[in-house]
Order: sequence, then C-alpha cells, then structure tokens
Amino acid sequence: MREVAAECASPALLFSGGKDSIVMLRLAEKAFRPDPFPFPLLHIDTGHNFPEVMTFRDKRVAELGERLLVGSMEESIRRGRVVLADPGESRNAHQSITLLDAIAEHKFDALFGGARRDEEKSRAKERIFSHRDAWGQWDPKNQRPECWSLFNTRLKPNEHLRVFPISNWTELDVWQYIAREQLEVPTIYFAHDREVVERGNLLMPVTVVTPPRDGDKVVTKRVRFRTVGDMTCTCPVASNAATMDEVVLETAAVTVTERGATRLDDQTAEASMELRKKEGYF
Amino acid sequence: MSAEVTPLTTSIDTLRFSTAGSVDDGKSTLIGRLLFDAQAILEDQLATLKGATIKHGHVDTGEPIDFSLLTDGLIAEREQGITIDVAYRYFATPKRRFIIADTPGHEQYTRNMVTGASTAHLTIILVDATRGLTIQSRRHAAIAGLLKIPHVVVAINKMDLVGYAEDVFVRLRDEFAPFLAQLGFVEVTFIPVSALKGEMLANRGEAMPWFTGPTLLETLETTQAHQAVEQPFRFSVQRVARSKFGEMSNLRGYQGRLDGGAITVGEDVTILPSMLEAKIHSIQTYAGPITRANAGEVVTLVLDQQIDVSRGDMLVKHGSGADGLGAMPVVADRFAADLCWLDTTPIDLNRRYWIKHTTRSTRAVVESIEYRLNVETLEETVETFPKIQVNDIARVTVACQQPLVFDAYTDNRATGCFILIDDTTNRTVAAGMIQGVAK
Repeated sequence: MREVAAECASPALLFSGGKDSIVMLRLAEKAFRPDPFPFPLLHIDTGHNFPEVMTFRDKRVAELGERLLVGSMEESIRRGRVVLADPGESRNAHQSITLLDAIAEHKFDALFGGARRDEEKSRAKERIFSHRDAWGQWDPKNQRPECWSLFNTRLKPNEHLRVFPISNWTELDVWQYIAREQLEVPTIYFAHDREVVERGNLLMPVTVVTPPRDGDKVVTKRVRFRTVGDMTCTCPVASNAATMDEVVLETAAVTVTERGATRLDDQTAEASMELRKKEGYF
Repeated sequence: MSAEVTPLTTSIDTLRFSTAGSVDDGKSTLIGRLLFDAQAILEDQLATLKGATIKHGHVDTGEPIDFSLLTDGLIAEREQGITIDVAYRYFATPKRRFIIADTPGHEQYTRNMVTGASTAHLTIILVDATRGLTIQSRRHAAIAGLLKIPHVVVAINKMDLVGYAEDVFVRLRDEFAPFLAQLGFVEVTFIPVSALKGEMLANRGEAMPWFTGPTLLETLETTQAHQAVEQPFRFSVQRVARSKFGEMSNLRGYQGRLDGGAITVGEDVTILPSMLEAKIHSIQTYAGPITRANAGEVVTLVLDQQIDVSRGDMLVKHGSGADGLGAMPVVADRFAADLCWLDTTPIDLNRRYWIKHTTRSTRAVVESIEYRLNVETLEETVETFPKIQVNDIARVTVACQQPLVFDAYTDNRATGCFILIDDTTNRTVAAGMIQGVAK
C-alpha cells in the first residue's frame, strides 16, 4: 500500500463492506496512521446490496473519518451505460462498466482490491500489481513478471493498476486476522434465521430483488454468509456459527470452496470469472 | 483443508515453494495429487475436476481423476493443453501453511521461474524417470542457484513406469548430484515418487520399501523456512510520512521495511548516499512506539534531527558497528550483475532503461556484456556480438544515472536485486542480481 501511495498519482481503495475489504482497511490503517489515508475509498454499488452491509459500510467509513466515493449502477442504468437484458437480470457482471466509468471520472491510476488467489482459478494467476490497459482489460497471457518485492508501476495514459495486497491470504487467514484484530463485520456473516429457497446445492435468499418463483418452497433456515456481494447472486450457507471463534472454526473445517458454496455467478460457465475479469471486473 | 488444523493458531509458519517443469514431467499431476492427498481439495473442486477429466482429461492413464487439470486454470491453457503463467496454490497441514508458485515449463521458462521462485524457500525440480535428465532439469537448477533459493528437492517422478526400480533412482541421483553441488544450495534432497499413483508424496505407499528417506510432504513440513543469518542493518526509505513526531512535533517519520539486521532506539545511523548522520529518536508502528525492530518488520523510523532524507535513501549503521556486523553497502553508479532477460525484445545496449532497485528508480544502460551463461553446462560463453534474448542469462555491467546503494545479492537478496523496465512499452524486461562493483 505504501509503495502504491509513493508511486501512483491517484489511487483508491475498493471498499464493499465485505470481510476482505474490512481487512484491507485495517491494513491501510497500519500503513498510514496517524495520517489520513492518501486515497479515497470507492464502492461500486449495484443497488442490490444487503442492507446490513450498507449500514455497516457507512458506519465504518464514518468511524475512520475517510472519504467514500460511490459508483452507482442505478446511475449507469439511468444514463444508458448499462443495459440489462431484463429487469430481473443479475447486475453483478455489469459492475465492470460502472467501475471503469468511476476510474475514468476520477482518473484513478491504481485501485486496491481485496481479491485473493485462493478464491478462483483465474485469480490464482493474477499478479499482486495487475496491469489494465486503457480499456480496463486484463491480459492473462501478457502479465508483467513480478520478482522479489519490486513492483513495476509504470503506466501509459488511461491505463491503471489493480493492486491486491492480500493475494496470498486464504479465507481462513482472513477470518483469523479479523478475529485477532477484533474487527467488526456486518451481522449477516454470523448465523441468523433467514427465508431461503433451496436451489440445487445452493440456498437462495428471499429478498426484494430475488422473490420466490412459482412453485418455490420458502423455508426458514439458520444460515450465515461466507461472502457478501450482490443480492441476486450471493447465497448464504447453513450454519450455527454465531460468534467470531465459531466462524473461524467452521472456516477451518469447510468442505466446499467459498465461491462454490455462495456464488451463482461463477456457476454459469467453468471459466466465467476469467471472462468477467478480462472485461474489467474486480 | 484438514480438520486437524488448529484454527485459532496463527503462529504456524509458512513455507513458500516453487515447482517448475512441463506437463510431460507430471508436474501438474504432482501438485494436484499432493493437494488431494493432503486433503486440500474441497468437494466442489473435486466435482469440477471429475467433470473436467471427462471433458479435457488424459484418459489414457486409466485414472478417474486427471489431477493435472486442477492447476491448468485459464480457458486458453486448456485449449492448448499448456500452462501459461505462474499459478499460486495454498494448503495447510497441522504443521505448516504452504504457498506454491506453480510455474509452467513450456514457453517463457526463465521468466516464469524468476517470477515464481524469486521469493521461494524451496524449489521442486521434477525429473521424469523414463526420460532421465533433460536440458530443462539443468536449467531449472541453474536458475534456482542464481536466485539463491536455499533448498532443492529433486523429485524423480514416474517411478511406476520403471517398475519402482531403485537402480533407476540411484543412477539419476548420481548423475544429477555433481551438477547441483556446483550451485551452492544449502540442502538438496532426492525423492523417488509416482505423482500419478500418489507414492511418496503425502503417503509413503508400499511400492518403494527400499527408500527410507522422508516423503515429499515430510520434507516440505520440516525444511527450515528462514535461515537465521545475521545481516547488517538495512532500511530503504519507502515513503516519508506526512505527520511529524517528537515532543515538538517537528521530526519526520520514514516508512519502510528492514531488509536486514535490527535497529534500536538511540542507535546512530548513516543515511546513504548523502552520508548524513543521525540517531534513531523513535520507532513508530500502528500499535504504538517500540524500542527495537527486526529484519522483515515494517515500521516508521523517526530521526532525532531534521535532515534531508527522501524515498530511495538507505539507512544503515556506522561502519563496523558495535554489533560486529559492520559491512557497509556499496554506493556506486556502475556495477556487475547477472541478468535474466525476460522480454521477447532482446537486450539493446543503446537503449536507456528504467531500473528499480530497493525503493529507488533511475535511468540505466547495460554498458557491456561479459558473457552469456550456458545453463546446461554452467559454462561462460564469451561472444563478440552477444545477443541476449528472452530466457537468456548474462553477466553484464550496468551504469546508472544516479548512484544506487546496494549489497551483493549473495549477501542480501533484498538490497542486491533489481528489475529493468522498458521505457517505451513499460514492460519488465529483466531481473538482475548484483554481483559487486564493476571492474
């Protein structure tokens, strides 16, 4: 983070209110306090986020006294930048447009993200300092070699970097760190009763944007979220883990990957994250 | 992930290791199998893997799961049946966490190896027992030697195809050992394995009772990750904090990481290259001030007086100080280095590159090429008009616009390494290891 602050003209830190970006904020505090962060926070809001997470986001930002910028998908849709196939379509994959528009508007040259290499196969091959061309695209075949701790931050006009300081952390590392640092997280990370519909091996939450379909059987289950993202594609898992220690223990014993257990968007094709990333996704 | 992991224990250490080799050597199979046997493959990954085996797998082996597909992630890679770039994998046993940098062996071999292995504690060299030592085995070892990776494991793979014969293992070991001995590794371990059948990876198996050494996983679990090498104090200033410290709030804080040694409040330091001197007033961290910082720690150092220090400067201790570890770094604008050329455009002695070394960036030219290293024989090839291309390794002389503050790479990896960047394409074109001042 200090390297980016020293070498890049206009960085920003992506903060969604999720656990990985919560860790990122603590790392930024460690890197820069007592000074304010030398960059704003940026949230790409699909308009379909869990309300508990949005409440948490604003609370955390206020506590830190930092500046939050919001890239709104509602706004992108209103301006015709994003066109949904139908109103019910998941907005998740379309976030790239709003994100790239925010980067262009604010002339950001580096964005910190909390992505981890253990999440997904295409992430596993991404650099810590990941170069994006003027179209915001990732070229997995042409990545800059990354040797020792020497990071190449040179850019041409309109290009930018995505920087992933916790690339080498696992889901368990994240929870252990949150427990150790006693960081607050949105309440939906802990076990609670929620109305869900069982769809395949996933539990689809019943929300305003994901109402039950005809014939769906709505049941109330004890669940928690392993990841928090867009409501249309993020599913909770059955769990009784109500405390931080229980979440850590449960994470240590999981038998299904984080994205496999929770994400509808990754199940459409074997390599859909790779395709989204090439288009400028997080 | 094994349920035996003590979940609240963050204190277990991490071993970073790299693998290199081609699909033909069974490298992807070895990693996939190791993860599977170490219970690090989760149910949904296994289901995907089984599906992928039917779709893309090498069914000729007769195994239900093609473990090589676990590490071949990208669409383009599957189409071509090759691995394009370094993939990182993570697993843990009750004893240790592991970070694997899995580097492909086909194209861009040196480039990928340098990327994957520059920070590794250990590297696994795969040798196919049916084919014997190849150019690539030697190349891999030579690069690992140049990068000063301390530990090497030579996995003699596909033992199942040679009837698990001890003499095949012994012959290959005896053939390879003298070459490895020239490269200065701390430790070299030979292990006969069958990645396909899972012999001698996480499980000892029954097929090779003649082998009494540790299995691959046992070796990974017990290898010393951090050498307790005493190094002189080195601190490259990464960034100057905006806040000021001290009773009068007039002292600047210098942020960075200790690249060697230790520092205590009250000690004298010299700022290089300016040669200005000061005392350590305080050591600041997020958790509050501390009195002593050690190698690898990231801190903010506050000096007892206002002097001119900026990003790229290095703080060191005076001469041969009381700690008896006094070697000062070199301050020079010319030096000799081993260069791994990583870009498809060959080296150009007329070009000015950007050099990034510690936290300093400046202009540099490659003045001359002393020799090209033949990595298969370790011979130094002197040519009249050498053309250093991608994957070549050469001994060169580099001249910089501003002086650098450096140690030989052998003495300190962090203050002895650098990269060259092409100022037209912005690509990282070379990774270098400083050997010393230029002749």
